[in-house]
This record gives sequence, C-alpha cells and structure tokens, in this order.
Amino acid sequence: MAGFTTPETHGKWSLRASATGELVFDNVKIPKENIFPNVKGLKGPLGCLNSARYGIAWGVIGAAMDCYDSALRYSKERIQFGKPIGAFQLTQKKLAEMITEITKAQLLTWRLGVLKSESRATPAQISMAKRNNVNMALQIAREARQIHGGMGITGEYPIMRHMMNLESVITYEGTHDIHLLITGMDVTGFNAFS
Amino acid sequence: MASDNFQPHDYYLMDELLTDEHKLIRETARAWVKKEVTPIVEEACQTTTFPKQWIKGLAEIGAFGPYIPSEYGGAGLDQISYGIIMQELERGDSGLRSTASVQSSLVMFPIYSYGSEQQKKKYLPKLATGDLMGCFGLTEPDHGSNPNGMITNIKDKGDH
Repeated sequence: MAGFTTPETHGKWSLRASATGELVFDNVKIPKENIFPNVKGLKGPLGCLNSARYGIAWGVIGAAMDCYDSALRYSKERIQFGKPIGAFQLTQKKLAEMITEITKAQLLTWRLGVLKSESRATPAQISMAKRNNVNMALQIAREARQIHGGMGITGEYPIMRHMMNLESVITYEGTHDIHLLITGMDVTGFNAFS
Repeated sequence: MASDNFQPHDYYLMDELLTDEHKLIRETARAWVKKEVTPIVEEACQTTTFPKQWIKGLAEIGAFGPYIPSEYGGAGLDQISYGIIMQELERGDSGLRSTASVQSSLVMFPIYSYGSEQQKKKYLPKLATGDLMGCFGLTEPDHGSNPNGMITNIKDKGDH
C-alpha cells in the first residue's frame, strides 16, 4: 500500500525476539471497501484491547511459572554453607510467596475465563487481572533472579529474558497505573483520569 | 538456554477445572514450545532476530484466532483455550505470545467483530494460517494512555 511503511524500532532491551516498529501512514489512500461497516470511534480499538488484555493476563502466568520453576530447581541444586539454598528460610520465603501468587493468579484468571466465555467479563474485571498478573510475574522474575544469584543474569537461565520482556508488558495495553485507575473508577464511580 | 526442564505448577489442582480438550490444547502448545522455541529463543534474543519459522508453527497449534469460528479458518475454541495457549507461548517467550495475541485479538478479532462478510472471508483465513501477518498501533508520539487525543486523521476523497 503506497505511503505505508513500518520502520523497525532497534535497540530494545525487551521483546528482543520479536519485531516492534512504527506504523507510518503518509498520504495513504485507503479504499472505502476497507472501512469496517459495523463500528465507529474508539469503541473498536477498545474492544480489541479487552480481548488482548485478557490474553496477557493468561500469558504472563506462563512467564511467572517458568521463573518459579527454574528458581525452585536451582534452589535444590545450589549448595552454599553445606546445604541447598532452598533449605534457608529467606529462599523459602521467596519460593513460598511465588507459588502463592501464581496460584492466586491462576484462580483469578480461570474465573475470568469462564466469565469471558459467557460474554460476562467486564472491561474493569479484565483490567484487574491484567494489572495483577503482570505485576505478579514481574515481581516473581525479580525474586527468581536473586535466587539464581549471578547465574541469573546469564542466558543459561530464562530469568533475565522474562524480566526484561515483562517490563514491556507492564506498560503496553494499558499501563499498570492506568489499570489501577480503571478499577478505582469502577468501584467509586469517579473518573480520576482527567 | 542450556536445556528446558520446565515442569508445570498446579498447587490448587486447577486441572480439575479444565476439560480434556483444554488439557490436550495445552499439551500440544507446550510440546511445540519445548521443541521449537526454548532451544533457540536465547540466541534469537541475543541477536534480536524473530525466527520466522515460528509463524507456521503458531498457525499449526491454532494460536492465530483460536476463538474465531472454523468457517473463517479459526480453531473455534472457547476463551479458556485461548488463555491456555497464551500461557504456554509466554512460558517460552513474551514476544512469541504477543505475536500470537496481536494477530488474534488486535487483528482477527476486530475483522471478525466489526467487518463485513466480504472482509471476513478475504482476510481471516489467511491470517489464521500466518500467510498474512497483522499489526496494531494505538500510541502516537504525543498520545499513549490518552488515545482520545490522537491526531492521525482521514479525509474523505470520495472514492477513497
């Protein structure tokens, strides 16, 4: 399509295995047949985001589980002061909190999935799950990085990659803060956006 | 990454809330990620390359438009199936998951929900197979969290 280009964004420290770019429309002629007949205004894009944010809420549980799984295994193998680091209270605190948060997110997200399948999930409910789960996954990635010690910064383990990816996910499709305001507006009835 | 020894974690026996179909879909996605994604994802990230062969694989496991009806090339699955596939993909890498979720939710979903019958027939089957790849933009240099302020505009010139 003449005038449409997608210059790639280089130098990312996040989502490095996938392409991100600008969408540039310079005097593009859009055929009338390409216009959606059944939607007007922002309702369209916002409807898409509901569906995408729902997918994100599930997706990040995968990243969180991968970080927890790797940290759990490492804590049983890594010996310091004559015993596995998983035998120390501070490591157990990290691991116990991780699996607690993962389990809570799994329950929340499964229930949201049931509501979504019945077309009953509200945008505010989806916001809550997106915000909670992405933050949960990011915190778990950071704690898992600590359990892996110096090895956690290498590509031998998936931790830093997940952590850097999640820094994008906590911002895209509605930032962590914006989703908080959606919940705030939903429960109080007051719009704090402007 | 050295080797992928991932084991799933299900502390509250959530599997009992899933159907056999859900579990089958999960195993299919998980096996594909272990075979095709985690062995090469570290290298792909270090060299900032998107392994293009992933597109075909994503299409084969039904990751493009899982909830789009099969008459338009989708897998005709429920929302929990879609979620499970996203979970397994992001277990591999978030960039991989976003490739599938952008295609599904930000490209196929609007065409399916808001498009004409002709538009649906023209685009959805090719998007489901990955022969067409879509994209989505909702941030401008001066407008991110405030999409109402976007200044991109269109002018009606009669025929376009």
